[in-house]
Amino acid sequence: MSREASRRGAWLAWAVQALLVLAVVAAAVWVVHHALEVLRARGVRSGFDFLTEPAGFSISEGWLDFDASQPFWRAFLAGLINTVRAAVPAAIFSVVLGTLIGIGRLAPHVLLRGICTAYVELLRNVPLLVQLLMLAFAMANLLPDPTEPVHLMLGVWLSKGGLSVPWPVAGEGGWWPTHFEWPERGDFGVSGGAALSPEYVTIVAGLSFYSAAFVAEIVRAGILSVSQGQVLAGQALGLSSGQQLRIVILPQALRVIVPSLTNQLLSLTKNSSLAVAVGYPELVSVANTTIGSNGRAFECIAIIMAIYLLLSLLISFGMNRYNARVALRGWR
Amino acid sequence: MRNVAQGPIAWRSELWGSPLRALATVLLLALLVWGGFHAIEWGVVHAVFRPDAEACRAVQHGACWGVVAEKWRPMLFGRFPYEEQWRPAIAVVVLSAVTVLSAWPRSWRWWLVPLWVGALLLFVLLMRGGVAGLSPVPTSRWGGLPLTIGLAVVGLALAFPLALLLALGRRSGWPVVRTLSASYIELVRGVPLISVLFMASFLLPLLWPAGWQPDVLVRVLAGLTLFVAAYLAEIIRGGLQAVPREQTEVAMALGFGRWPVQRDIVLPQALRLVVPALTNSVVGTLKDTSLVTVVGLFELTGALGLALGGDPTWRPFYLEGYLFIAAVYWVLCFGLSRYSVWLEKRLSAAP
Repeated sequence: MSREASRRGAWLAWAVQALLVLAVVAAAVWVVHHALEVLRARGVRSGFDFLTEPAGFSISEGWLDFDASQPFWRAFLAGLINTVRAAVPAAIFSVVLGTLIGIGRLAPHVLLRGICTAYVELLRNVPLLVQLLMLAFAMANLLPDPTEPVHLMLGVWLSKGGLSVPWPVAGEGGWWPTHFEWPERGDFGVSGGAALSPEYVTIVAGLSFYSAAFVAEIVRAGILSVSQGQVLAGQALGLSSGQQLRIVILPQALRVIVPSLTNQLLSLTKNSSLAVAVGYPELVSVANTTIGSNGRAFECIAIIMAIYLLLSLLISFGMNRYNARVALRGWR
Repeated sequence: MRNVAQGPIAWRSELWGSPLRALATVLLLALLVWGGFHAIEWGVVHAVFRPDAEACRAVQHGACWGVVAEKWRPMLFGRFPYEEQWRPAIAVVVLSAVTVLSAWPRSWRWWLVPLWVGALLLFVLLMRGGVAGLSPVPTSRWGGLPLTIGLAVVGLALAFPLALLLALGRRSGWPVVRTLSASYIELVRGVPLISVLFMASFLLPLLWPAGWQPDVLVRVLAGLTLFVAAYLAEIIRGGLQAVPREQTEVAMALGFGRWPVQRDIVLPQALRLVVPALTNSVVGTLKDTSLVTVVGLFELTGALGLALGGDPTWRPFYLEGYLFIAAVYWVLCFGLSRYSVWLEKRLSAAP
């Protein structure tokens, strides 16, 4: 290509790109303008001013008390806290369970391998929503009434009313937890400790079990990526198989595992939005109720998207920091 | 670890090689026997297979498969008119047949495209009716398995060209195109599908001219397509990156233009590389279609609620219903993932 022609090409490229920007901006402006007009025609006001108005609905559970007279922004905050309250325990459980199952899939024991493989293949190939609905149905119908709870293990009771577990509580006047409060069985059900609602148990358990199947595959692939020579070297040094796993294999496997695990945690957080289907009041559920009460679909969805993007960025940031620690020096 | 997992099973040493292993074997066997015993007792021995609600209520510790025998048609076909349900049945068979045919790498020829177009037309024709003496059925009455498969297939088919453009755009030399594609992909991948579906179902009606409301199926399909495209685009980008850069340079040196290089040299290789990853994405999309039940479409998951929710006689046997549709999903998804493994082996074996 001659210099003239390439200069002409660059000009053309910039012209096309400028037109593209114009077209995208114009389309966006038209879409928003048109949508606002339709909204106005239907008598729906728009804007984020509703956030300071009283919500008119209450949220039954969570760490942030919320009743109907409080403003919408607090409802969204309560929803966000509820999302985190479900996603964080689910992430921890799924990583622990998934790691165990992933290691189990490579164990030198055919029964253990078979059971772990069956777990992964069963849970991975059924939609999460179906599993959640099934769990919710089981929680609501197959468990005994709160007056006759099942004693799962020391201090853990399960019934239609939910799960009761020991919980650290603060002593008189202090805020720092000083002792564990143990749930006790009374005539009208279990009291004391932390009472977790059936919806909460459903979403945390469902998310954990489902994600664990994917984490297991990630862990397995990570372990398989460690070269055979490393294992032999470990054996030659006289390490036991547990030590080989802990000292030699897992630290190296982490380099392969962490980036995929980040993806999995991101999708777990996004999947927590399915709690809307089982009645746990997290962010999407709050937004849905809000849209139902005042029709501000645009604004609510913008808030959901912004918050999830923020959560995703936070998780990516944290996991990338961790990745930098486990990665080989000089690699990012 | 690796040698153990990939070698043949050394039954005796694996099971009884050391005291610890023997103990593990005994414990796991006990667990399997106990679990298996209860599962068979519940699912087979004490179970009722007849569509007989009286008998179902009479058994205490047994499954009621009668609910499947009684309700399988509304579970599989939703609210589609009862006498016309042969139509969605044929529609599902047609789509499945074409899918199975295209799963065979030897049939990856040009005639697959018109075949797919024909199959999709036939699908819509059978479901909608209104021509050739078939009575018209509004989309609001479509449901069950045809809707699940139809949404997944049509969603993927529509998303693919968009994903191709986005993937090429993200690697484009033009900064504006690159930024736009990357922002779209990252934005969509950062939010849950359910919020995209809510957006499609609440916001799209605002954009249509007053008086003509888009069908809920169209809205959901639009949301699903826009969502899936972002994920497919990243997969395709992975394939594009895997094609050695030198090939492009060599082709350019030989006098190929920018587009012919992409079309004839880079894309065919890139797509071939990512076929297994695409298959995994198909499994994901198939599972994701279950979410449309939240915005009011009665695909497989929604159809179950429809079939059992309004019927107090059969409502107590939801669990069996869930197990039934879980089994349907499982067969579809497990089949696809096995296919993906098989294909990966076959493609990597080919020169």
